[in-house]
Amino acid sequence: MSNATHHAPPSGLQKLIETNSMMLVLGILLMVSVGGLVEIVPLFYLKNTIEKVDGVRPYTPLELAGFNIYVREGCYTCHSQMIRPLRDEVERYGHYSLAAESMYDHPFQWGSKRNGPDLARVGGKYSNDWQRDHLRDPRSVVPSSIMPGYPFLSKTLLNGEHLAEQMRVLRIVGVPYSDDQIDNAVADLAAQASSDDAGGPDVQKRYPNAVLGDVAGKTSVTEEDALIAYLQHLGVSVDFKLYDDKANIR
Amino acid sequence: MERLPLIPKRRTFGEISLTAIFVALAIATAFIATRAYTPAYAFHMALFSLGSVVAVAAINMRYQARPVDPPPLFIDGRPNYNYGPVKFASLASLLWGTAGFLVGLYLALELAFPALNFDLPWINFGRLRPLHTSAVIFAFGGNALIATSFYVMQRTSRARIAGELAPWFVVLGYNFFILIAGTGYLLGVTRSHEYAEPEWYAILWLVVVWVTYLLVYLFTLARRTEPHIYVANWFYLAFIVTIAILVLGNNTEIPISIFSPKSVVVWSGVQDAMIQWWYGHNAVGFFLTAGFLGIVYYFIPKRAERPIYSYRLSIVHFWALIFLYIWAGPHHLHYTALPDWAQTLGMVFSVVLWMPSWGGMINGLMTLSGAWDKLRTDPVLRMLVVSVAFYGMSTFEGPLMSVKAVNSLSHYTDWGIGHVHSGSLGWVAFVSFGALYCVIPWIWNRKLYSLKLVNWHFWISTIGIVFYISAMWVAGIMQGLMWRAYTPQGFLEYSFVETTEALHPEYLIRAAGGALFVVGMLIMLVNIYKTITTPRTEQVLEAIPAPAAAE
Repeated sequence: MSNATHHAPPSGLQKLIETNSMMLVLGILLMVSVGGLVEIVPLFYLKNTIEKVDGVRPYTPLELAGFNIYVREGCYTCHSQMIRPLRDEVERYGHYSLAAESMYDHPFQWGSKRNGPDLARVGGKYSNDWQRDHLRDPRSVVPSSIMPGYPFLSKTLLNGEHLAEQMRVLRIVGVPYSDDQIDNAVADLAAQASSDDAGGPDVQKRYPNAVLGDVAGKTSVTEEDALIAYLQHLGVSVDFKLYDDKANIR
Repeated sequence: MERLPLIPKRRTFGEISLTAIFVALAIATAFIATRAYTPAYAFHMALFSLGSVVAVAAINMRYQARPVDPPPLFIDGRPNYNYGPVKFASLASLLWGTAGFLVGLYLALELAFPALNFDLPWINFGRLRPLHTSAVIFAFGGNALIATSFYVMQRTSRARIAGELAPWFVVLGYNFFILIAGTGYLLGVTRSHEYAEPEWYAILWLVVVWVTYLLVYLFTLARRTEPHIYVANWFYLAFIVTIAILVLGNNTEIPISIFSPKSVVVWSGVQDAMIQWWYGHNAVGFFLTAGFLGIVYYFIPKRAERPIYSYRLSIVHFWALIFLYIWAGPHHLHYTALPDWAQTLGMVFSVVLWMPSWGGMINGLMTLSGAWDKLRTDPVLRMLVVSVAFYGMSTFEGPLMSVKAVNSLSHYTDWGIGHVHSGSLGWVAFVSFGALYCVIPWIWNRKLYSLKLVNWHFWISTIGIVFYISAMWVAGIMQGLMWRAYTPQGFLEYSFVETTEALHPEYLIRAAGGALFVVGMLIMLVNIYKTITTPRTEQVLEAIPAPAAAE
C-alpha cells in the first residue's frame, strides 16, 4: 500500500464521527453495548443459571457474619470457590460447583487464583478445632503453608448489631429471608455459636442443616467462631446422591 | 462597547456553586461520621468532611489571588494552555507508582516468607493485594492517563482546557478517591470484586469526578480549532465513556445504611460473576489498553517526529478493538458454572481480538519507519517502543490463555499473574514512563536531566520484567501440571501444599525481578526530581509538530 492510500482523508460516516464529538461518543456507546448485553442479559432467564436446587438456603446470621469476615479479609484473593468439572479437581475437591450453590452470595466468591486450595466444599472436611488452630497459626497444622495467620479473629468479639439490616437489604435483592429470621437474627447468632444454647433447635428449624458450635455454654462469640461457621457450611447444602444433574443440561 | 475603568471582582458561577456544594458535603459527612457504624467509616467520613473544608478554603484563596478577568484563552494568538492539573497528575502518578510497586514487592515477599504477614490484619496478603492492584492500575495508571489526556486534548485541539476549577476538581477528586479506596482496603472496607473493591460511597464520589472528567474532555474538544478529532482522543474518549458504563454496571448495589460502609450488590452468584468479569476484563480493555493507546498515538509520533504509520489502520484498530473487547470477559470463567455458550463466546472473541491488538501494535511500531536509528540514541523513545512490543506479546499470550484447553491448565495459577505483569509492567508502566519522560520536561519547560539515567532505568526494569514473567511462567505451568498429575495407580500425585512448596524458588526470583523494577522507578524519581528542580538555563520550548490526523 502506498502512503497515499494509508492516509486518504476520511469520508462518509467516519468523517461525520471524526468531526463531531457527540457522534463519536454515540458510536462508542453503540459499539461497547452489544457484547455485554448479549452475554449478560440471558443469564437472568436461562434455566441452568437460575435453577433452584434442593438444600441451598440463605446463610444463618452467624454464617453471614463469617461471610462478611471472609470478604473483609480478602480470602478470595487466594482461595477460589469454584470447582471445575475436570477429573483432578473433582477428585481433589468434590463435585463440580453448581450455579445454585452461590445464588445467595452477594457478592460471589468464586475467586480467580489459588495460592491456597479451593474452598467450595471445605465444609465438614476438618474439625472446628483444626480450623481454629489453622486460623491462629496455619503452620502449626500445615508446616509449609504460606497462609497469613489470623489470631486476631479469636480476640475480636463479633459485632452482630447490624446483621438484621444487612438481611433486610439482602431480602430486597432476592434472598428469601423471612420476618421470623430477620427478627431473631441476634438471638440466632448467639444460639448457633454454642452447642447447648436453648435457642439451638430454633436456629435449626429456621435454617435446615445449620450446624451448631462445638463449645458448651459460650458466653461471647468471636469473629473466629463466625468465620468457622461459614467455612463449615461451604458446599454441604446439596446432597449429590439426590441431585439430578440431567435436569438442567447445560 | 466601552469598558468601564473599574470592574468589580466577582465570584464565578463555578466558584459559588462549588463552594456551596462543598459546604453542604462537609456538614453532611461530619454528621454521618458521628453516627458511623464502624470506626473505619467514621474515619472516611471525617476525611470527606476535612477534604471539603480544605476545598472551600482553597477555592476562596484562589479567588482572592486571581485577577479580575478569567485567564485568556489565547495569548498572542497562541493557546494559553493550562498545565497545572497536568503537572499535579504526572507527579501523583510517579509517587503512587512507587508506592504501588513497593507494596507489590512486599506481597511477593509475603508469598515467599509468610512470616512477613506478622499476623496483623492491616498488612495481611488479603488486604494488601487490592491495595497493590488499585495503586498501580488506578493511582499510577489513572493519574498517568489523566495527565496525558489533559495534555493531549489541549495540544491536539489547540485550545485551553475547559473550565478553571473543573480540571482541578477532576485531578484532586480522583486522588481523593484513591486515598479513600486505599485506606479502606487496609481497614477492611471492600466489596471483594477484583479491581472494583471500593465501597458504595467511594464509588459515588468517583462517579461525580468521572462525569466531570468526561464533560471537561467534551467541552475542550468543542473549543478545538482543527475540525478533525485526533485519533489519540478517540481512544481517551472510549476509555472515559466505557469505564463510566462498567463502573455503574458493576456497582449496582444498595448500602445497608447511610451510616454503614457496607453495601449489598444486587446480583449474586453466576450473574454477579459474569458482570464482574465483564467489568474486570474491560478494565483491562479500556483502562489499561484504550487509554494507554491514546498515549501511543500521540507520544510515539511526537517523539519519533514521524506521522502515524497508517491512518486507515488507526480507524480499523479503534472500532474493532472497542467492539471486540467487551465480549472477552467470560474467558475468566472457563469451566465454571457460567453456561458453556457464554464461555465459548468469550473464547472466540478473545482469539479474534488478537487481530486488532496486533494491528495497533504494527501501527505503533511502523511509525518508526525512517526513524529506527533514534532507538539507539533516545532511550525514552526506546521505552515507548518496547512497551508496544510488550503489548504485542501480552495480547498474543492473552488469546492463547483464553482457549479453553489452555485455560484449564493456566487458570488459578501464577501463569495468570505473569500474564498480567507482562502487560502491566512491560506495556502499561513502560508506556507511562515514556510519556512522563516526555511530558514532564515539556510542561515544566526544562531539559530532561539525564538520558543516561533513563537508559539505566530502561535496562534494569526490563531485566526485572524478564525475571518476573519467566518465573511466573515456570511457576504457573508447573503448578498446573502438578495439580493434574496422577500416579500410575491412578491417584492424584501431589497434595495441594506440595505444589505450594515447589513454587518457593520461583517466588524468590519473582521478588528479585520486582525489586529491580522498583530500583528502576527510584532512578526515574531522581531523574525527574533533578529535571524539575534544575533552574532553567535556556528556553527549551519544544517544537510543535502539527497535531493533524493525517498527512
